[in-house]
Amino acid sequence: MNSILSIILKRLLIGLLTLWIVTIIIFAAIELLPGDIATEMLGQAATEESLAAFREKFDLNRPVHERYFSWLGGAIIGDFGISLANQRPISELIGHRVANTFFLAGYAAAFAVPIAVVSGMLAALYNGSVFDRVLSSSTLAAISFPEFFIAYILILIFSVGLGWFPSLANVDVDMGLGERLYRTFLPAMTLTLIVLAYMMRMTRAAILNLLALPYIEMAHLKGIKRWRVIAVHALPNALAPIINVIALNLAYLIVGVVLVEVVFVYPGLGQILVDAVSNRDVTVVQAACLIFAATYILLNLLADILSIIANPRLLHPR
Amino acid sequence: MTDLLLEMKDIHIEGRSDRQWKPIIKGVDLTLNRGEILGLIGESGAGKSTLGLAAMGYTKGGCRISGGSIHFDGQDLVGASNEALRQLRGARIAYVAQSAAAAFNPAYRLIDQYCEAPVKHGVMSRAEAQSDAVQLYRKIRLPNPEDIGFRYPHQVSGGQLQRAMTAMAMACRPDLIIFDEPTTALDVTTQIEVLAAIRGIVREYNTAAIYITHDLAVVAQMADKIKVLLRGEEVEESSARDMLANPQQDYTKSLWAVRDFRRAPPAARHLDEGPLLEIRDMTAGYGAVDILKGINLTITRGTTVAVVGESGSGKSTMARVVMGLLPPSGGSLHHNGAALPKSGKQRPRDLQRHIQMIHQMADTALNPKHRIKDIIGRPLEFFLGLKGRAKDVRIRELLTLIELDPDEFINRMPSELSGGQKQRVCIARALAAEPDFIICDEVTSALDQLVAEGILRLLDRLQREMDLTYMFITHDIATVRSIADEVVVMQNGVIVEQGPKETIFSPPHAPYTELLLSSVPEMDPDWLTGLLKERGAVVTSEEPL
Amino acid sequence: MYNLSHHLKDAPVSAWIGIVIVLFYAVLALGAPFLAPFAESASVGKQYMPWTSPHYLGTDALGRDVLSRLIYGARNTVGIALVTTILAFTLGATFGLLAATIGGWFDAISSRVVDVLMAIPPLIFALLILTITGTSVIALILVIAILDSTRVFRLSRAVAQGILTMDYIEVARMRGEGMFWLIRKEVLPNAAAPLIAEFGLRFCFVFLFISALSFLGLGIQPPTADWGGMVRESAKLISFANFATFQTATFGLAPLLPAGAIALLTIGVNLVVDWVLHMSSGLKD
Repeated sequence: MNSILSIILKRLLIGLLTLWIVTIIIFAAIELLPGDIATEMLGQAATEESLAAFREKFDLNRPVHERYFSWLGGAIIGDFGISLANQRPISELIGHRVANTFFLAGYAAAFAVPIAVVSGMLAALYNGSVFDRVLSSSTLAAISFPEFFIAYILILIFSVGLGWFPSLANVDVDMGLGERLYRTFLPAMTLTLIVLAYMMRMTRAAILNLLALPYIEMAHLKGIKRWRVIAVHALPNALAPIINVIALNLAYLIVGVVLVEVVFVYPGLGQILVDAVSNRDVTVVQAACLIFAATYILLNLLADILSIIANPRLLHPR
Repeated sequence: MTDLLLEMKDIHIEGRSDRQWKPIIKGVDLTLNRGEILGLIGESGAGKSTLGLAAMGYTKGGCRISGGSIHFDGQDLVGASNEALRQLRGARIAYVAQSAAAAFNPAYRLIDQYCEAPVKHGVMSRAEAQSDAVQLYRKIRLPNPEDIGFRYPHQVSGGQLQRAMTAMAMACRPDLIIFDEPTTALDVTTQIEVLAAIRGIVREYNTAAIYITHDLAVVAQMADKIKVLLRGEEVEESSARDMLANPQQDYTKSLWAVRDFRRAPPAARHLDEGPLLEIRDMTAGYGAVDILKGINLTITRGTTVAVVGESGSGKSTMARVVMGLLPPSGGSLHHNGAALPKSGKQRPRDLQRHIQMIHQMADTALNPKHRIKDIIGRPLEFFLGLKGRAKDVRIRELLTLIELDPDEFINRMPSELSGGQKQRVCIARALAAEPDFIICDEVTSALDQLVAEGILRLLDRLQREMDLTYMFITHDIATVRSIADEVVVMQNGVIVEQGPKETIFSPPHAPYTELLLSSVPEMDPDWLTGLLKERGAVVTSEEPL
Repeated sequence: MYNLSHHLKDAPVSAWIGIVIVLFYAVLALGAPFLAPFAESASVGKQYMPWTSPHYLGTDALGRDVLSRLIYGARNTVGIALVTTILAFTLGATFGLLAATIGGWFDAISSRVVDVLMAIPPLIFALLILTITGTSVIALILVIAILDSTRVFRLSRAVAQGILTMDYIEVARMRGEGMFWLIRKEVLPNAAAPLIAEFGLRFCFVFLFISALSFLGLGIQPPTADWGGMVRESAKLISFANFATFQTATFGLAPLLPAGAIALLTIGVNLVVDWVLHMSSGLKD
């Protein structure tokens, strides 16, 4: 067991190191902003006094490394500083939005993951059947369509045409779960459709790969029933690749959220990020990018660790 | 009720490629009685495995049985339902695959995989199967039969795994077992143990078997009768002893004849000249691990030195060191009396030109996107500065030298050549540099015997005509016997014995050489029996657990 | 390439559809000034005119001819995506091939840099950088090209590494061939098919990426006609779609036209890529 532990620890360390470098990149990127933030935000007409007050307020007079560490220290406990645009604490601005974004992504994942894994496996088992071919051509479509195209088609059909669901996903804090699920149904469906195709395609490829291996043929030649070959011989070995597929797509989903939130005017982190980029509200951009990037890195890290654990050769070392 | 167990009549099997069905087996008959062992031999592409699997009513993906009938113990297998076939497989007909490492599921312990068939076929309970497994493991001479089943496949060595698979096939005491080249991937000293185990257990339970192999000497030990296949058709079939003593067909005779090739003693030895290549006290390896330890070797111009050893003996590493691909960590190399820089990059072009190498797999040694004339032309240009017409003339000369028609081959792509032709082009490429020393790294082991024989004869002719010196790396003792002047025996990175062929091949031997030589199967059907008697049926080289 | 016509003859229907789509867009992009009935960004009519002659696809909020803007959009969106992909490819493939061939410290350093760049989701990274640089076309092309080159780097490095394990590479190395000869003569001819297919996939990705940024208002800026931007401008109309009559229906369909134009081209390119991949895998065995 020692070797597997050390492999996991090593992977964990690399993950955390990557995360740390990414915080430096995010912080440094903003430092590289051409010109002076104060002048940029307050305009050319600003007086010397107001510029000085601005610099004092945003701590711009301290050396870079001091500001980096205090920013990082704050970020770890959830305090991202103050918005440049409206001078309110960022944690207050984004707190419930972060929750909304994770809610939407989770909602979509709850549909996408089981459907993708099951249908990807079916497509692999009935390789070349009508079901498989329909599936692979629909994947092609889904991969080719821009996110907003899918979103508008869903809106056109289910909102404008049939009137079943609202086209705007405006939720607020006091809303009950049922109402919330109803209002966010279309954005969740859009996200589902986006990742579903990828996930199915990758699951199918992983299983097909596996079914071609000699020990699967051997199981058939031992006269084992077909379902048992799949469930007992193929699945445990398919676990690692499938976990990888799921985690990769969840990471992708977290990012795909940005566009979908804008289309459906959903009060999430993505929308505020896009607004902040247009307003050049640097501190908010930093905070949002850090949250997105950290989620993405941690999901990838989790995937790697799970697939290490699922590998029998590592689990039972010589 | 006769003893007839399996009857296959006029079998046709097709495989799908390029959107059409192409025949693989073209009307072969096969009958097998209870307890009888049939050896199925043939070169690659003969359809041996396809025919063997068909005896289970099974075809690989993309293949189908398109004609003929298969009856197993009276039951029709061609028309049988999948469920009926499933009930036979594993229970009454079992299969042993070529690569045990790939055919065991990595996620389960050996004993779990052993018990699966008997439990699922309702032959035994799990507890019975488990104690039965231990018994069979013991019979098949696996070390620690009580515990070995509780290991995962990757925790067990290749030879042991192959025996464990034979035990697994025996779990339901089937009437028939298909052995699909079970020892091809193993070293000779390991192969003996697996052969002995298979033969012992099959005889004990009076199980019928189809033993598929390309190795005549192996099949001689195992089979009661032998069937020879060529490109999907039967050449002949007779009892093993008749077949070995008195083959009828020309093709079969030519297969037997391969083993007769003996190189005549070299025309001119240059013993007075001093060595062409000298390796002194060389140590080399990857990272901190030394694979080669203290190698000393002297090679005389115009001779062939055969380096023999099993996988992991370091013989290929030695080739890489001589070529300058792997700079040694200690010792020195000398060519014609002058020290060779350790790294190939530091060697002057003219020095590098003199030492050439031919690889085992001609398939991967030729760039698939280059034409033959570019492949042979590049060293002419690079080392000798030939261009235009002069280069073209020389390419044609070289093609003629390796017995390929220049007009026909000069513009071909490698994919348009057969395996033997590819290896000839590799030889021509090496000759283009006008070397005096050529390393041949297992150059014939990926080829069928007849083709390999042609390559050996060609190399021998070239050596005489061009006064070449060869270092011939191989694991095959038969090849060593046919071409070597000097023999170097390696084990675990050390030279255990070296000297003239006559000395090495006549007793007394070093202990490892003795084991190696005695493990090479001979064409005599009684050889294995005799050897086991001699060794007291004690497995000698079993690696400790 | 002597056998290209031979391959085309054997191409399946799907590949032909893809080729026709791609050619159609190429003609639109190249011939935009001749094909478009009106100027790219001039107001030529009242706002939101219905789908009748002379404005066959109506006009937008500023009275610009939608058909003309769609045709010019082909030139702008596709052109920028193509330039970006070529840049990303040159950068990624060069470094990928070099890293695989040289190995050692060069490979280690470039691979670590790429690892870190790929650890941040591309859209998030692009938004971060665009905050700093502002939304100019040059910034857009450079940012996306650099981010996308990391994917090309990974693939070309992996493909080259696979080829470099072959014995024919060892033969060339033993001969003492230089690195550029190795890459040019031994590696590239064998890497061509997967790299061409990857070019198609990368183009699709870049094209969708730019459209997404334009849709967010952070990509190609108006008044330049661009499909992502056109979706953004007409997005609100969709709630007014009404299938009672043809004219009211077309009104609501406005955002779907440019979005559909994006989708169709990506499908076309993907169909061609599938065929190229299939062909290259078929040639192997």
